[in-house]
Amino acid sequence: MNNRMSAHLHPGLNLGPAHGAAHERSETVLFGFWVFLMSDFITFGILFATYAANTGHIGLAGGPGPGDLFDLKSIGLQTGFLLASSLTCGMASLSLKYDEGASRVAQWLVVTALLGAGFLAFEVRDFASMISSGGTPMRSAWLSSLYALVGLHGLHVTMGLIWIAVMLALLAVVGLSDRVKTRLLLFALYWHFLDLLWIGIFSVVFLTGMR
Amino acid sequence: MSEARRERRNYLLGTGLSILLTLLAFGSVIGPFGKTIALWVISVSAVVQILVQLRFFLHIGLGRQKREDLLLILFSLLLLSIMVGGTLWILTNLAQRMT
Repeated sequence: MNNRMSAHLHPGLNLGPAHGAAHERSETVLFGFWVFLMSDFITFGILFATYAANTGHIGLAGGPGPGDLFDLKSIGLQTGFLLASSLTCGMASLSLKYDEGASRVAQWLVVTALLGAGFLAFEVRDFASMISSGGTPMRSAWLSSLYALVGLHGLHVTMGLIWIAVMLALLAVVGLSDRVKTRLLLFALYWHFLDLLWIGIFSVVFLTGMR
Repeated sequence: MSEARRERRNYLLGTGLSILLTLLAFGSVIGPFGKTIALWVISVSAVVQILVQLRFFLHIGLGRQKREDLLLILFSLLLLSIMVGGTLWILTNLAQRMT
């Protein structure tokens, strides 16, 4: 079978041969972006290792520990927000694939952005309360590595929100052109990847820390 | 069932499984379980949830035509295990020498 006619050319949801050129040009772009995401994954992996190396009593340096600083209820809420946003992001991709129109895609993206903003709001609130109870990044090596890891993920979510804003503007001005379709697929890959990283963060940092 | 409905159902299935695995992990910490059991439940449910999301959200499986995506994940995992394993090895060794 000719590879170019194949329905599954790249990671993430594929538009399928019905979308013609938009489907074909997505192959190389999405694979290139997948290479970037994997290098991003390495960055996070190193921060995970740094964090894990600082969880002992030397890393804590006599400062406040997980039990003093973490709020599991808030972490659960953040997990819910991000997982729900991953689902609505998938719904946006499906609306794109099955030609439900630019406005339906935009609606799902707005819902995704609101859920992402909810996640960020709780994360910032948690950081603020941690800092007010003495858990500043400067207090210990454990806290430095915690803010670096969780903060970098939060920064990625913030970038994702900006990306959604740009996509909404493009949808309004250009509509569903081939380029916009490819960029929407890129965004979906990025957003699902962020939820994947969050699984690692809530498991390694928060749940293991509270145990 | 149409292709669209089948794909929509897959996303919902992936979300449902993720919710269950998340509840399992949080439950093991909140509930009256020992540290060892909790750590095992957290680790296993995290790995399973990552596999679930790779399959249902990122559409990466074993039986697809494009193997490079999967190969890249496996290669990144290899690099990471060398770097993470090495970091933890060196630093725990150092910590032992300092005490």
